[in-house]
Amino acid sequence: MPPAKMRGDGRMAKDPKKTFFRLLSYLKQHMVIMVIVMLCILMGAYATITGSTALGKIIDQFILPMVETGSTDFGPMAAFLTRVVCIFALGIVATFLQSYLMVGVTQGIQKTVRDEMFAKMQKLPIRYFDSNTAGNIMSRYTSDIDTLRQMISQSIPQAFSSVVTLVVVFVTMVKTSWILTIVTMITVLGVVYVTKTLAGKAGKFFIGQQKSLGAVNGYIEEMITGQKVVKVFNHEDVCKEEFNKLNTTLCENAFSAGKFSNMMGPINNNLGYVQYAILAIVGGVIVVQSGGALLKLGELVTFMVLSRNFNQPINQISQQMNSIVMALAGAERVFELMDQEPEVDDGYVKLVNAHIAEDGTITECAERTGRWAWKHYHKADDTTTYTELKGDITMYNVDFGYVPEKTVLHDITLYAKPGQKIAFVGATGAGKTTITNLINRFYDIADGKIRYDNININKIAKDDLRRSLGVVLQETNLFTGTVMENIRYGNLDASDEDCIKAAKLANAHDFITRLPKGYETELTGNGASLSQGQRQLIAIARAAVADPPVMILDEATSSIDTRTEKLVQDGMDALMHGRTVFVIAHRLSTIMNSDCIMVLDHGHIIERGSHDELIEKKGTYYQLYTGAFELE
Amino acid sequence: MIRRVARSIREYKWPAILSPLCMIGEVAMEVLIPLVMASLYDYGVVMQNMNIVVTRSIQLIICALMSLSFGVLSAIFASRAGTGFAKNLRHDMFYKVQKFSFSNIDKFSSASIVTRLTSDVANLQMTFQMMIRMAIRCPMMLVLAFISANRISPELSRIYLYVMPVLALALIALTPVVFKIFDRGFRMMDKMNNIVQENVHGIRVVKSFVREEKEIEKFTGISSDLARNFSKAEKILALNSPIMMSCVYVCMLTISWVGAQMVVASGNNPLNGLTTGELSSMFTYTTQILSGLMMLSMVFVMLTMSRTPLRRCSELLAEEPDLVSPDESIAVTTVPDGSIDFENVGFRYAATAQHRALKEVNLHIPSGATVGIIGGTGSSKSTLVQLIPRLYDVSEGVLKVGGLDVKCYDLKTLRDSVAMVLQKNELFSGTIKENLRWGNPEATDEELVHACKLACADEFIQGFPDKYDTYIEQGGTNVSGGQKQRLCIARALLKKPQILILDDSTSAVDTRTDASIRRAFREEIPNTTKLIIAQRIASVQDADMIIVLDNGQVNAVGNHEQLMKTCAIYQEVFYSQQKGGLE
Repeated sequence: MPPAKMRGDGRMAKDPKKTFFRLLSYLKQHMVIMVIVMLCILMGAYATITGSTALGKIIDQFILPMVETGSTDFGPMAAFLTRVVCIFALGIVATFLQSYLMVGVTQGIQKTVRDEMFAKMQKLPIRYFDSNTAGNIMSRYTSDIDTLRQMISQSIPQAFSSVVTLVVVFVTMVKTSWILTIVTMITVLGVVYVTKTLAGKAGKFFIGQQKSLGAVNGYIEEMITGQKVVKVFNHEDVCKEEFNKLNTTLCENAFSAGKFSNMMGPINNNLGYVQYAILAIVGGVIVVQSGGALLKLGELVTFMVLSRNFNQPINQISQQMNSIVMALAGAERVFELMDQEPEVDDGYVKLVNAHIAEDGTITECAERTGRWAWKHYHKADDTTTYTELKGDITMYNVDFGYVPEKTVLHDITLYAKPGQKIAFVGATGAGKTTITNLINRFYDIADGKIRYDNININKIAKDDLRRSLGVVLQETNLFTGTVMENIRYGNLDASDEDCIKAAKLANAHDFITRLPKGYETELTGNGASLSQGQRQLIAIARAAVADPPVMILDEATSSIDTRTEKLVQDGMDALMHGRTVFVIAHRLSTIMNSDCIMVLDHGHIIERGSHDELIEKKGTYYQLYTGAFELE
Repeated sequence: MIRRVARSIREYKWPAILSPLCMIGEVAMEVLIPLVMASLYDYGVVMQNMNIVVTRSIQLIICALMSLSFGVLSAIFASRAGTGFAKNLRHDMFYKVQKFSFSNIDKFSSASIVTRLTSDVANLQMTFQMMIRMAIRCPMMLVLAFISANRISPELSRIYLYVMPVLALALIALTPVVFKIFDRGFRMMDKMNNIVQENVHGIRVVKSFVREEKEIEKFTGISSDLARNFSKAEKILALNSPIMMSCVYVCMLTISWVGAQMVVASGNNPLNGLTTGELSSMFTYTTQILSGLMMLSMVFVMLTMSRTPLRRCSELLAEEPDLVSPDESIAVTTVPDGSIDFENVGFRYAATAQHRALKEVNLHIPSGATVGIIGGTGSSKSTLVQLIPRLYDVSEGVLKVGGLDVKCYDLKTLRDSVAMVLQKNELFSGTIKENLRWGNPEATDEELVHACKLACADEFIQGFPDKYDTYIEQGGTNVSGGQKQRLCIARALLKKPQILILDDSTSAVDTRTDASIRRAFREEIPNTTKLIIAQRIASVQDADMIIVLDNGQVNAVGNHEQLMKTCAIYQEVFYSQQKGGLE
């Protein structure tokens, strides 16, 4: 009984058939159980039909003859009832088994789909996350999977059982009286027509309701999140007006949708009674007029009971169809995510622990030595060479665009020798972050070459490449868990001491020890209880504990005030020591001591050199620098 | 709690009353129908009396049509009442939030307010609709069906008295167990969704540290727990329908066996006792009574589940805005000038808080001055300026704008003359023009362009294909941080305020642009008092006065030269920003 979930946007599946069969393929692993479940459903349906026809039989075969003959021998009836009891007992067991077994199947499939989807998501390229909002991705894990669960656990078994009942009842009806079957069919057609018309209307309004619900909820979210801005601009009245408009539309659409779907029950139910009455009249006429030749009284009685059982499965099927259609739309969205092209990785150069002898010979080893090497297998002559990991990065004539039509980096060439600090400066949107995104291969370059320790980075396995790069991003993302766990995220093998050491290096130790539970303080909601600056300090510690030869610091200290930054600076310097570092910073003070500063403008490197050289040059950097201080 | 939320029913009171009334009509008809059917069968079909067949059939059709009409009416009224109630509730809550002060919002947090207004309302709407239909239908059905059955045969209906308590007990025993497991399941679900969300947002971190496998492991762990937990609950729930079936079958069998003997004894003569038609009516009543009971248990489950949303909505409605505009008759509606005076101002975020965010602040800022505010993280810079447009009220002392206590001004007047660019600023979905007009709905296109030029936003707006008609996505995700900040500044400028406050609003703007924005301020709006909070000394260096805040207290006030001589903190900040620079 999960609470009402907001359904998708009422969209239909594009290719329901394909999606349906793909869903069925998940049922395959549960083949044996499904067969048992089907048998149980058959048994259950049989018991239900027996139950509804039992009384007719008792009346026809026992009561009426006994009344006529005046016999009081209830023996035959007792025997009959005993048989019915057995069937009922079997039916009860079957129903229980069916629901019980289906739980395992449903939860199993749900878990498989969820796990597959998550595993797949982890392999998707960053591009996918650029073009899909978090909410859009999230809804696949929540409402879409929920519709799927309903379909597997309820809709499919019920539809199956309804079809079975329908067929059995229909056959029995034809066997009992073909004339009345025709009469029933005509009235049923009428009922189905009414139901379909209503369902169509309800469906139309339902889509409208979902749309306006989305609009209202979207508006609420946007305005409440921005409530402080609303207040600063005295915009409350405008918001109220807009809100009222959306809210009223939603109310009207929801009213119409609810009206039609609420009506469905009583209409179906009562039309069934009307049908019963019609049958009684027509059947009665036939019995009386034909004198029992065309139709016997007992047959009419049985038939009338049967006809009550005929409408129910039809209603069931039409209801289940609706939810199946909705579930298929949800399933399609789930599969769409699963079918995304994963991040391609055909790198084969691996990062390994290594012993490096004094003469420079490198031998691979299993244990951590603090030295690393690239293991490079050459297919051509079946040899393996080792190159020491140093952190030498070069780019030659690199072009790149997030979309093919629009190049955002033009002809970038740069050399970063091991241990050098390379800085990027430039206006927002000049392409600073983009360059660093190419080094760790979040995106692949369009043209040119990037080499890492003189190996083409496309040849390096992505995981190993990224493991050799430490990254601190401007927007800090922490995970739910303790502070310690968050720092250890950088290196799962790190001991508590290692983590504390890293925190001290980042100057985070002081504030962490002042937290209520120190390093064991639980962080939630992306470290909501910490200030932006404190979160950045933890992110720096996290990168420090990873101890990579190359570091990328993208505005890593932007939210730390300059006085604290100065305190962190020593740690940062220690962190940067002996590593190749790429720094992006607005504060020129952060980057002045870089070995090389690249000034970027609209994707071009327009100036490069050390701080002194660039000041000497009196170009853009000089302007930025002096502009920043505006000394009279 | 219920009463406060129920107040939102208002004009939908009638549908809310009529729906259950119609429902009673429908139930009465539904209970009557088996009787008519029994009579149709006994007197008509069995006795082959065509007259009775026709009259009873017509009666049956009339009953069915009446039941149908009642049912449809009840459906319409219920839908009207339910959606109307939801509309009013949403409306009331939204209006309430509009009245909230910043501290009210802080208390609840935006995310929680959003949940209350969306999923909690949806939940209550469902419960309410179900209440007015099912909560009436089930007991009515139970009682009326039992009475009718009792009228047919008191002996036979005794069986219900035995079976009903058994079913009720079973339901009472099962429901809380299942409810508890489900409740735990929903919490696990939240946890799982949280993992997904963190991964979606932090995918770059996950990939950078090559932690995909670890995250997958974490996710699989919780998804297994979840599956195990829900399996447990649903397996218990799987008992529900067999229990129900057993009860129905026991009744049916007993009624058949005992009933058959009674019919035989009476000779199937309505005058002597039980008839076959009545016997089949008993079957219908069995289903009606037992399914009524079953549904009733579901009603209770839903009611229990809606306790939380009910409490949360009622909490929000009960919250009193702690900052209100003075009475219209005494409120001042013009702000004479842009001077600001802090007299012994102290502030704490919650009345009960130990920590004072601001202590003994005394400042005089003349109208038209440019003021820089510098201080470390947590030094309460933002808090200080947020007091000026009365986003929060001072806890101690007096704050004056234009020589008058801010509490004397009409709130709207005050906030119109004090423009503030918040640190965490928001753009709204809509075109750039629409966003800018938040500042001034009547602004002409020329004024918009002018403001954007001042804020150095015009240059990049002109670069967009649709220029000022460019559509901004929700949260301003399709413009960069620096562009967003400049748009927010332009929006604030359009208010033509007497006081302009920039709370670290150019942090993502490069230094050159930052400088030209400040130059534009100096030249174009010389009479506006400008308060600039900044991290960069460069941003405040040329201000008429610079306030150095430290730990909620004013550490020093003066211009750049003075502070360089006297203020240790200022010097430290200054040198930290020019390490290795030109000294």
